[in-house]
Amino acid sequence: MSKLTFGKALNAGMRQSMEADPKVVLMGEDIGKLGGVFRITDGLQKDFGEHRVIDTPLAESGIVGTAVGMAYRGFRPVVEIQFDGFVYPAFDQIVSQVAKLHYRTHGMVSMPLTIRIPFGGGIGSPEHHSESPEAYFAHTAGLRVVSPSTPQDAYVMMQQAIACDDPVVFFEPKRRYHERGDVDLEAALTGPEMGSAAVRRPGTDVTLVAYGAQVKTALAAATAAEDDDISVEVIDLRSISPIDFDTIAASVRKTGRLVVTHEASQNLGLGAEITAGITERCFYQLEHAPVRVTGFDIPYPYSKLEMHHLPDLDRILDGVDRVMDRPNSLSSLEG
Amino acid sequence: MTNPQAAGERGEELIQLIDPSGRRTPHGEFDPWVDDIEVEALRRLHTDMVAIRRVDQEGTALQRQGELALWPPLLGQEAAQIGAGRALEDDDFIFPSYRETGLAYCRGISAEDTLRVWRGNAYSGWDPFGKNMATPQIIIGAQALHAVGYAMGIKYDGGSQAAITFFGDGATSQGDVNEAMVFAASYQAPVVFFCQNNHWAISEPVGVQSLTNIADRSPGFGIPSLRVDGNDVLACLAATRIALDRARSGNGPTFIEAVTYRMGPHTTADDPTRYRDANELDLWAAKDPIERLERHLVDLGVDEAELKAAAGEVADSVAASLRQGIIGLQDPEPMEVFENVYSQPHAALDRQREHYALYREQFADASSATEEGAR
Repeated sequence: MSKLTFGKALNAGMRQSMEADPKVVLMGEDIGKLGGVFRITDGLQKDFGEHRVIDTPLAESGIVGTAVGMAYRGFRPVVEIQFDGFVYPAFDQIVSQVAKLHYRTHGMVSMPLTIRIPFGGGIGSPEHHSESPEAYFAHTAGLRVVSPSTPQDAYVMMQQAIACDDPVVFFEPKRRYHERGDVDLEAALTGPEMGSAAVRRPGTDVTLVAYGAQVKTALAAATAAEDDDISVEVIDLRSISPIDFDTIAASVRKTGRLVVTHEASQNLGLGAEITAGITERCFYQLEHAPVRVTGFDIPYPYSKLEMHHLPDLDRILDGVDRVMDRPNSLSSLEG
Repeated sequence: MTNPQAAGERGEELIQLIDPSGRRTPHGEFDPWVDDIEVEALRRLHTDMVAIRRVDQEGTALQRQGELALWPPLLGQEAAQIGAGRALEDDDFIFPSYRETGLAYCRGISAEDTLRVWRGNAYSGWDPFGKNMATPQIIIGAQALHAVGYAMGIKYDGGSQAAITFFGDGATSQGDVNEAMVFAASYQAPVVFFCQNNHWAISEPVGVQSLTNIADRSPGFGIPSLRVDGNDVLACLAATRIALDRARSGNGPTFIEAVTYRMGPHTTADDPTRYRDANELDLWAAKDPIERLERHLVDLGVDEAELKAAAGEVADSVAASLRQGIIGLQDPEPMEVFENVYSQPHAALDRQREHYALYREQFADASSATEEGAR
């Protein structure tokens, strides 16, 4: 067991995949000598060469589009999009090409791309550097979308994503890049499958679903809820598409109450899908309408305001109070 | 707004080996690249062009008869496609747009496989790896990046092939085509950009895309260009051979602008009489790629009637097998709608598949009863 930061765990995962398969290549802006603006690919170009860690021109559609061509040639490209808000120029290539080529060719062409996107806010960045665009990709058939929350998952899921024959959009919670955790570097790819959720903390009163950077906040909220004798079960989604409804439904059948939290805007976000999917499956077990604690339906705000947009521990607890029918911020609105 | 002069209409610097009257025009630089193309080889090129024009006409007819949902004709562009297609080696990889019927023909893809996509029976008519030709791309210009990425891959894995991408004048306005040129130049990728400037992007004349010759753009990216008469099959063959040779010798990308003309509509859903002067069509009919080669072959002593009859025989046979294949196609199985979205199981989609199968089961008895009734 090693202590690694989240960022180093991602790096170790890529290194492992590159050693295991010479067809794995990394592509992106500044990922070579610089090691990426977050240093996630640090040292890999030095060790694997410029043909395996490719510094690209500054053009996101070009990066993803040439990665598609590399995949046609039998490579397994791992693409870095420098920041969440920079992925949109590549949106057409991702949605119209990467996602659809396997279907379009009746399974004859695979697109085993991994598209890495540092995402989310809370780091005081300028505009376009703190977004949560995961719902766009989760809405697109043909893509798998994941987001690890721990260094261990960062290490294992990176390798699983690269080994996957389907394209994977890999959202990295950049707010957690420097946080340390135990990583079992011997952990095999046969661990929990990439599409599965994980119960991070068992509980009996409320099911709290989160992913990416919000998992840590959710766990802190669950700890704080103990003070009020509320037992919160925290589920780390890990996979955004597909959603592991079996794990969430099993929890909600036990607790009868669901809170979903994410940084992304609420309208048609993951919270909407999870709430709908759980209501369909667990209608008669629900004790209260599910509650979403999310970012607002606004463009990501300037950094001096971001703490108001990001759902923090207290807002999550307020959501927990709502599903528990305890006094909460909206009590005065209730008839 | 006055329409700027269409770039392709200026004649200067247009490389031509056979002029519209069929006369062979000597060219010091290009001639050595086609000195192996004697009468028999010219006849094969002629037969190819006649055959794909027939496939194209059948496509339009089948659409009119309700057998195809849509058809994008290539009428007028036969020389560009056959010239380029016959310059390629089998292991060069083609990334085409949706109008490259001639390239598919050169790759030995049956006309039925090319056309069944337009009937709505499939998205891919062939195995891209079996034919070294990607599925026709409908998003304008997106395939240029794929070709460059493939060519980067050739360079990294030490292959000796080239990649070639086909697109039209409209695509040169797309970011992807311009980004493709940036990447191709940066990595000196073994790739050929083959632009068929057919003068029209649906209703927009090429002057809306570019005030200068399209071939004048790529040198700004560091990519040399050739501007050829796209209705001259020999010039297109020579230019593509030159570009492929540059790619294979480690000299990087080349851009070819083949100046041709879309004599038909954009697709069978289009009506060019709303935006195009009929006189323009007459001007280009006089430069027809097939008639020009016929005049040239007659000049070389080939009997015109025999030439046309022999080529027509091949075209008849291709057309007959095409019609039979297309009309006999069965509709795909309903549950195929869920196949190949992913290569591995996907919980959410598997659930939808299961539920739709249950939904359909309700009607299983009813549909067999109907079938019995029909008997």
